[in-house]
Amino acid sequence: MSEFEPRIVAFLCHWCTYTGADLAGTTRQQYPPNIRIIHLMCSGAVDTIYVLKALMDGADGVLIGGCHPGDCHYQTGNYKARRRVAILKKILTELGYDEDRIWLRWISASEGKLFANTVTQMVEALKQKGPSPIKGMWTV
Amino acid sequence: MLRVKNGDPLETLRGLLRQFLEDKIFDALLVPKALPSGAGFVQTLIKAPEMLKDVHPFAPTMPVQSARILSNLTVGEPGGRIGAVVKSCELRAVVELTKFLQVKLDHLITIGVDCLGTYEVKDYARRVEETDDRDALTKVLLKGTKTGQVEPHDGVDLRLACQMCENPAPINADVTIGLFGHDPSQEVEVIVGDRLESDFQDKGILELSEAKSESREQVISSLIEERIRKRDQVYREFRERSGDLQTLMNTFSTCVRCHNCMVACPICYCKECVFRTPTFEHQSDQFLRWAERRGGIQMPVDTLVFHLTRLAHMVTSCIGCGLCDSACPSGLPVATLFRTVGHGVQSMFDYVPGRDPEETPPVATFREDELQLETGAKD
Repeated sequence: MSEFEPRIVAFLCHWCTYTGADLAGTTRQQYPPNIRIIHLMCSGAVDTIYVLKALMDGADGVLIGGCHPGDCHYQTGNYKARRRVAILKKILTELGYDEDRIWLRWISASEGKLFANTVTQMVEALKQKGPSPIKGMWTV
Repeated sequence: MLRVKNGDPLETLRGLLRQFLEDKIFDALLVPKALPSGAGFVQTLIKAPEMLKDVHPFAPTMPVQSARILSNLTVGEPGGRIGAVVKSCELRAVVELTKFLQVKLDHLITIGVDCLGTYEVKDYARRVEETDDRDALTKVLLKGTKTGQVEPHDGVDLRLACQMCENPAPINADVTIGLFGHDPSQEVEVIVGDRLESDFQDKGILELSEAKSESREQVISSLIEERIRKRDQVYREFRERSGDLQTLMNTFSTCVRCHNCMVACPICYCKECVFRTPTFEHQSDQFLRWAERRGGIQMPVDTLVFHLTRLAHMVTSCIGCGLCDSACPSGLPVATLFRTVGHGVQSMFDYVPGRDPEETPPVATFREDELQLETGAKD
C-alpha cells in the first residue's frame, strides 16, 4: 500500500528562487521529486487565481518563492506578493481551509541548500496533513 | 435644527433640497424618487426643481448602490457639480471608489442621511400592493428615528445587511440630515460640513448654529451597539454553518453564475472582470475531460473559484451594503459570506473601508516590515 505522496506546485521568481533551485540541482542537493516548478519573473507576478487553480485542480500545497524583502529585482514585487498571499491565507482560514498549505518563502539565488530543505520540509508537512480537501474542486 | 412644517418631514426636506438646487449649491441632484405606482423608488438625476416632487431623501428601498451611479457621473467632466442624497453605505462606497480613482469628489456634493435601514425591493412592492398604502413602511421608519428601533411590520423586516450595519450615520458628508434622536414630525437636524459652511453663509441658506444634538449621538451609539451584537451573531452562525469549503459549497451550489452580485457591488468596478474573459470560456471538450476525470461535474462550473477570487480581489474594501444578497436570484448569503470573511481580512490591516478618503486600501500598498507571521517567514 503506497503512502500518500503530496503534489506541490511552486511559483518561483526567476532572479532568486528559480536560480536557487538551479543551484540546488547543480550542487546535487537531494530533495523529493513531489514538486512541479512554474517559472515566473517575479513573485509579484503570482496572481491569486493561479494559487487557487493549483490548489483546486490537484495540488496539495503551493510554494511561492521570491527574493528576500529589499532585494526584489523589480524593487517591490515581493512586498506585493506578501500582501496578496496574506490576504488569500486569511480568506482561506476564515473559510476553514488549512492556510499552511500555502508557503511563501524568501530564497535567494545562492541558497540552493535552503531550497532543497524547504521542499523536503514541505513534503514532510503535507504528508502529515494528508491530501488537500479541495483538490478536486476546480470545476465546482 | 430645521422645523418641520405640517408634520411632514419629507415635504420639508424637499423644500430644503429645492432651495439648494435653486441657490446652485449643485447643478443637479441625484436622489431617490417614488415611482408613479408608489411601489418603489429609483435614483433620479434632477435638474428642474419641479421634478423634486415625490423625491424621498431616505427611501425605504435601495435598488441600486448610488456609488455606481456617482462613478459614472463624476469621473469624467460632468460640467457642473452633482449633489447626491446618499445613505451611509453609499457614502462609504463613494469614499472607497475615490481611492480607486473611480469617483472625483471635487465634482460631488454629498448629502448624507441617517439611515435605519431599507427593505428588499420585492417586499416593499408587495406591501404597498397589499395595503394600498404607499407610505406604510415610510411611517414605520419615521416612527423609529427617535429611538433607533424599527419594529418588523407584518412580517416585513429590514434587509439583513441593514440589521447588522454598524454605520447608520453617514461619515463626513458635506451636509448631514440627522434624523436619529428626533421626532421627525417636529424637527430634523441639518449638519453642515466645513466644505459648504461659507457657501451657505454667503447665500443665506439656513441659520447656522454651533449646537450639537446629544440625543442624536446617544441614539447612534446605542444603535451601533445593537447592530454589532447582531453582526457578531450573524458571523457566528455563518461560521458554524460553513465550517469548511465543502460545506460552504453545499449552500452555494445553486449559484447560477449570473454575476449579479458582481454587477450590483459598488466596489467591483473592473470594466472587464476576469470571469467575463476567454480565460473562463472553457472549450466544449474540456467539460467532457473533466467529467471523465471526476465521474461527473456540477454545471455551471467555476462557482467556488468565482466567489473565492471575488473575495481575494475586493473583500478588503467591502462596505457591507448587502446589495449582492438582494441581487442574487438564488437567494444565496453572499453579503454574509463577504462580511464575515471581510471582517477578518480588514482587521488584519486595521482597515475600515469608507472611513477616510486619504487612507490607502490594503491591496494598493505595503510596508517593508510587516506580516512576518502570516507568511511563515523562516530562515
